[in-house]
This record gives sequence, C-alpha cells and structure tokens, in this order.
Amino acid sequence: MSFDFAVILAKLPQILSGLGVTILIWIAGTLAAAVLGFVIATLRRFGGRPVDVLLQLPIEVLRGTPFLVQIFLLYFGGPYIGLRLDPWVAGLLGISIYGAAYYAEIFRAGYQSVPPGHVEAAECVGLTRNQIITAILLPEMALLVMPPSINMAVILLKETALLSLITVPEMTMTVQAIGSQQYAFVEALVILALVYWALVELANWLGRLAERNLSKLSA
Amino acid sequence: MSDPAIKVSHVSKQFGDTQVLRDISLEVAPGTVSCLIGPSGSGKSTLLRCMAFLEQATSGNIHIEGEPLGFTDGPGRKRQSPAELRRVRSKIGMVFQQFNLWPHMTALGNVSLALRRVRGMGRAEAEERAMKQLDKVGLKERAHHYPAQLSGGQQQRVAIARALALDPTIMFFDEPTSALDPELTGEVLSVMRELAAEGMTMVVVTHEIGFAASVGNRIAFLDGGRLLFHDTPEVVFAAPREPRLEQFLDTYLDRGAAMLK
Repeated sequence: MSFDFAVILAKLPQILSGLGVTILIWIAGTLAAAVLGFVIATLRRFGGRPVDVLLQLPIEVLRGTPFLVQIFLLYFGGPYIGLRLDPWVAGLLGISIYGAAYYAEIFRAGYQSVPPGHVEAAECVGLTRNQIITAILLPEMALLVMPPSINMAVILLKETALLSLITVPEMTMTVQAIGSQQYAFVEALVILALVYWALVELANWLGRLAERNLSKLSA
Repeated sequence: MSDPAIKVSHVSKQFGDTQVLRDISLEVAPGTVSCLIGPSGSGKSTLLRCMAFLEQATSGNIHIEGEPLGFTDGPGRKRQSPAELRRVRSKIGMVFQQFNLWPHMTALGNVSLALRRVRGMGRAEAEERAMKQLDKVGLKERAHHYPAQLSGGQQQRVAIARALALDPTIMFFDEPTSALDPELTGEVLSVMRELAAEGMTMVVVTHEIGFAASVGNRIAFLDGGRLLFHDTPEVVFAAPREPRLEQFLDTYLDRGAAMLK
C-alpha cells in the first residue's frame, strides 16, 4: 500500500470551496459567539440578580452537553417545533450559540478581574454605565480575556468539522467525499488534519500579535 | 444662613448582622476641613463612602448643598435616577486609599477622560485643562506616564488632579496616604494643605493625627460606628477627654514617643 495524494489534490477547486465554507462559518460564528457572549456577561453583571440566575441556566446546559448533540437537536429536532433550517444556517447558528456560552464565561471572568475601585472612580467623575463599560471595563479586561478568547476560537474551528454530519458542505465533508470517490480515505484524512492544523497555527500567531500590541498599549 | 455643604442626617449602615454606623448626624460648613478619625473598624471610611453614595445607608439621608444624594426626599425613600445622582455627585471629588487610577491610560488620559466624555470637551481643550491640573499637583512632566510608571505618591497626586479637573466644590479623601510609604505621604499632604488654604470644602478620613490637628477645622471621632465627638481640634485634642478618645490618641503618642527613643 502506498499513499497517493495526487488523486486528492486533483480536486483542489472543490477542496478550496470547502475550505472557504469552513473559514466563513468559523469567522462569522466566532464573532457572533464573542459578541453574544459579551452581551450575556454584561447583562449578568448589570441586570440584577434575577437576570444573572436566569442566564446561568442556558450557559450550564450549553457547556454541559456535546456540541454534536446540540447541532443534531437544532437541525433534526428543529422541524418538530416548526424550525426548518438550511444545513449551513443551522451550522452557523449552532457554532454561535455554543461558543457564546463559553465567551460569556470568559467575559464574566474579565469583568471580575477589574478592581471595583476603578469603577467607583469612574462613577465619581460622572461617567455613565455605558461609558464605564466601553472606556474602563473593556480595555482593562482586554489583555486578560485575549488568550482564552483565542483558545476558544481555535476550539470552534475544530468543532466546525462536526457540521459535516448535518451536511454542511464544509471542508471535512468535501474532502471525505473526495476520499470516498477516489478510494483514498487515509490520504484525505491526512490532508484534512494538515489544513486544520495550519489554520490553528495561523489563529494562534494572530492572537500572539494582538496580545503583544495590547500589552504595549497598557505598558 | 446658607445650606451646609454636606448634611448627614441619622445615617445608619448595616452589613448583614453587623451594625457599622449608628445614627450619625453631622454638618460640614462650606470652606471647612473636617477630619474623620478613629480606630480601624470604627466606620469612618464607610461613613465617607455613604456620603458619596458609593455605599447605600440602610437608613438616614445625605444632602449635598441642600440637595438629596442617592435617595429622593419625601416619603418612600426612593432611589434617584442615575442622571440625577450623577448631577448631584458632580459637586464631589473623590480620592481613594488605593488611588484607583485606570491603568490603561496615561496620567493625562486619567485626568482628561471625564472632561471629554462627561463635559463633552474636544481633545485639545480637555488635555489643556488636564495639564493645568497636573501642573497644580506638580506632575506636568509626568503627564505621559502610565500609572505603573509612577510612584505611589505621584499616583495619588494624579488621582487628586483627576478629581479636581471637574471643578468640584467638595473633596472627599478616604485615607489618602495609608497606602503610601512614609516618605511619600508628605507630597500628598502638602497638596491637600494647599487645597484647604484655597478654601476647598474637604472631608478627610485619616490616620495622620498631625495633619488633622493642623489643617482640620473640625475633628469627628468615631468609635464602634458611633460619632463620639465632632468639634474643633482644640476641644477634641485638649479639653474634657472621653476615655475611648484618650486611649486612641495615646496609641499615637506612644508611637511618637517610641520613635524618639
């Protein structure tokens, strides 16, 4: 037996299209997850005790169940309550919601890391709550939330592979299909692994760059 | 007769089962310096924080220049709207024990932020005014340093400049020198002396008995959440002694004596 990558690489345009879908869902899903997570953490911080407790439950559920089960429920279970979604809408939604639960926890830790006195000082000079969030809390927590945020983005990238199981035409589904057609399963898997790894390294490198710039700012 | 700058009426404060302040009433006249002294845990910082509505009194009211702070006057004791609270609180400048400078901004950024965001000034105008305040506390050359690059005394002077930038008529100081090395307290106290000489209304929670005696027009002595004395330094430090006050002052005198040996 010998490896023959040529038969896989011959389908490069298809692979690239799958890669495009993966990157699109990854970037859009991660951004949506981070924004949603930040909104949830902010509501929990400023919304009073009932809101805090109420929002804790969905976060616990989302963090306590496998992502695969969540997207199956969303895609195959949705129609039972009249929710019929295109595979890739379900996939994007799934990634966003799943990621939001984790980003909510990351930003909650971020809020907690800012000394209460810094907020009191801002209140005493008359800043409004929104001004305190944007001018004091967010910049102060930025350096702290950056590493776990990048880490979460990397995890979400790898989770997008599971979207192949609800027929989203992303990279894993595309390359596996090519592997089946060409009887080159293992070659397909090796190429998949390499591409994901390259993307993860790229994300980590961008993350380190962002961190370095941030720490320079807050010297 | 004009309103007192600050009027505290029957303020009590409870944290859970602990009674921290017990029915405290006092008035601060405009242009005077009141020093709150007392052993740790006596409630003096809590009282100051209630006076700035950083802490909510369990009962009682605070008035700043005749206007209620935190709760509305009248029956029901309703919370003020955030906008109303900000308006009344804008008369107060607050200085904290831990400085509480924002670490991601330079000294100039710390002082000019509220001028821009609250007063709506343009960058150039805000920074020019902030620069004047920094000059006043002797830190013009440090304007572009971040808090982490400044000594404790310098950080506290920036914090004072930040509070002064908004032209408050009243300044609160919560143990402003307690977090400083002894050799750095002087520079902060001298800035405060200058302010007092300019006629700023000040309330100072402090362990610096010397400062209280020389700058304070009124000394308030708290013990166990009760206001035992609120009088001129002459009366508090000399005249008929209360046992708790005597004991408290003795520990300071002992320490002074021990240093001379």
